[in-house]
Amino acid sequence: MGKLISMEGNQAAAEAMRQINPDVVAAYPITPQTEVVQTFAQFVADGRVDTEFITVESEHSAMSACVGAAAAGTRVMTATSANGMALMWEILYIAASTRLPIVMALVNRALSANINIHCDHSDSMGARDAGWIQLYCENSQEVYDTLIQAVRIAEHPQVRLPVMVCYDGFIISHAVECLKLLEDKEVQEFVGEFKPVNSLLDIAHPHTFGPLDLYDFYFEHKRQQIEAYGPAKQVIVEIGKQFSALSGREYGLFEGYRLQDARLAIVLLGSAAGTAKEAVDRLRADGLPIGLLKLRAFRPFPSEELIQLLGGFEAVAVLDRAVSFGATAGPLFTEISSALFRADRRPLLVNYIYGLGGRDIDIEDIQKVGEELERTAERGKTEQLVDYVSVRE
Amino acid sequence: MRQVLLAADTPVVVANATGCLEVATTIFPYTAWRCPFIHCAFENAASTLSGVETAYRALKKKGKISQDIRFIAFGGDGGTYDIGLQALSGACERGHRMLYVCYDNQAYMNTGIQRSSATPLGAATTTCPAGKLLPGKSQNRKDLTEIMAAHHIPYVAQTSPGRWNDLVSKTQTALRTEGPSFMNVLSPCPRGWRFPPNETIKIAQLAVDTCLWPLYEVVEGKWRLTYRPKQKLPVEEWLKTQGRFAHLFKGDNQQVIEQLQAEVDRRWEELLEKSS
Ligand SMILES: Cc1ncc(C[n+]2csc(CCOP(=O)(O)OP(=O)(O)O)c2C)c(N)n1
Ligand SMILES: [Mg+2]
Repeated sequence: MGKLISMEGNQAAAEAMRQINPDVVAAYPITPQTEVVQTFAQFVADGRVDTEFITVESEHSAMSACVGAAAAGTRVMTATSANGMALMWEILYIAASTRLPIVMALVNRALSANINIHCDHSDSMGARDAGWIQLYCENSQEVYDTLIQAVRIAEHPQVRLPVMVCYDGFIISHAVECLKLLEDKEVQEFVGEFKPVNSLLDIAHPHTFGPLDLYDFYFEHKRQQIEAYGPAKQVIVEIGKQFSALSGREYGLFEGYRLQDARLAIVLLGSAAGTAKEAVDRLRADGLPIGLLKLRAFRPFPSEELIQLLGGFEAVAVLDRAVSFGATAGPLFTEISSALFRADRRPLLVNYIYGLGGRDIDIEDIQKVGEELERTAERGKTEQLVDYVSVRE
Repeated sequence: MRQVLLAADTPVVVANATGCLEVATTIFPYTAWRCPFIHCAFENAASTLSGVETAYRALKKKGKISQDIRFIAFGGDGGTYDIGLQALSGACERGHRMLYVCYDNQAYMNTGIQRSSATPLGAATTTCPAGKLLPGKSQNRKDLTEIMAAHHIPYVAQTSPGRWNDLVSKTQTALRTEGPSFMNVLSPCPRGWRFPPNETIKIAQLAVDTCLWPLYEVVEGKWRLTYRPKQKLPVEEWLKTQGRFAHLFKGDNQQVIEQLQAEVDRRWEELLEKSS
């Protein structure tokens, strides 16, 4: 079994990439992702990976090169943040719609303006309709583990979609944590050899990638693409199980914390889950029947599973680390509320926007959310749909 | 395109930027391409192909592929001089072994004849129309071939289908080159330039004989003219063959022709000096 080691989140990501040893990496530096690229470049320079590293001149070219390399039948990885992801945006869609199993580490950072290098989820949320599978991580261990699983999920014959492994900038990327690494051999065996379906380098069987696809076929192609996200959900669970057998660490579509006998729940993504678990413990100590749902898979969105899990709760607070300007509420909230609309017994729902541009959220903030949620449940109605955590009004 | 591909004696993989060539040859469920082909987007044929070429090297290194394959990107002037310049520059600087062919029809034809930085002074397009005030495009065209030569890649050439043997032999040299190569190919467009299709080759040749489109190559930094017109014709000879310049022959627009002639002369002299 592997060893216990302390390292920063970005190093954990780079370490996973080293052990995966992809054929091609194309990436461009941006805070807070930079250490991933630098650390990986050092692995290349020291001959510790066989990877061909393309030092592109922009993120647009990074994603374009990933598309080319994946279409040519190789295992491909990249990493970016915020403005970098925004610059890739056009090609993100092309990667997903061409069904290319690219794996990306996305170190979540706020989008400009004004320019800010710290964490929020506006970058990945902005790309939520691009067709990528999105998995969110709570800590470095999950970053490391999820990147390794992502390769298998992306390349699964029933999926063949790109995967974005999202983790919070600075909070995870630059924090030193203890984590357990697998042996190189274990990772190599787990990811296995990449078996491309169609390759541009298959000269004997030439394929045309990216044709002009008009009103007579485009819609059918989109319809087929939609079908891939159902199996993707099962594959995430299946690969999670296989990974737990190897590592002893559990992974699925989400993680429930003290939800069994709860009537109130908090739902969120990413590193705030650690803070929220402590807040839940304290609220429980005060007698509040509250639990936490940490969502791991945001795309595909586990609607059915959440109806099963949260239908029947009295009240649920959804915490969003991003805004959707002009929308009813934050992106996670909108997703949860549309899923729960079909529940037989619908919980009352409230939305909190928190942590934009790296604003801290602490245990007391989440305790307050829990206490307010209890009052909402007692009142039997939501008074304020959207509220903001520690912002100066 | 066919001339370029005919010149290849090794299997090729093609990347194509969005534009007339791509939309005319790949309407799903059909394809005109009998070699592997990828179209990704408008501005990234070079970066997409750099990924393909890198994948090829990765697989070769691991012994998973043994065949020799060459890589060719095709981009229009819009996809190359303008929106795709950064991706092309980056790919060339990184040194991927690929041939990038710009088929330069001097405007965005696919979207209906809008100006590009390859459009010559005085030409009318839908975004620089000839009007009461303005006589078509008011700027000179960018010299992309020189920009590519300034990248100091091993092979850069400018050619024209008006002299097909020049086109074919340059393609062969480019494909033999171990490293990035770039070819700028003038591609007269009957629809966008307003002339009858049967004059295409004549107009391509006239561009060369007026020295608007000199044929030359830069091999490992050495400039060489590959064709010298017996008699350098005035630019009018070329302008008058195309409807997009018709307004220059009216009113007091003659001075635009003079400006264009002066610019062509200046650039020609410079080229002669570099290649002497
Ligand atoms: C990012 C982006 N911007 C704009 C377009 C619209 N567009 C498609 S082709 C084209 C012009 C192509 O011109 P050129 O590269 O010269 O090729 P041509 O059509 O002349 O062969 C434009 C503007 C696009 N597809 N993508
Ligand atoms: Mg054009």
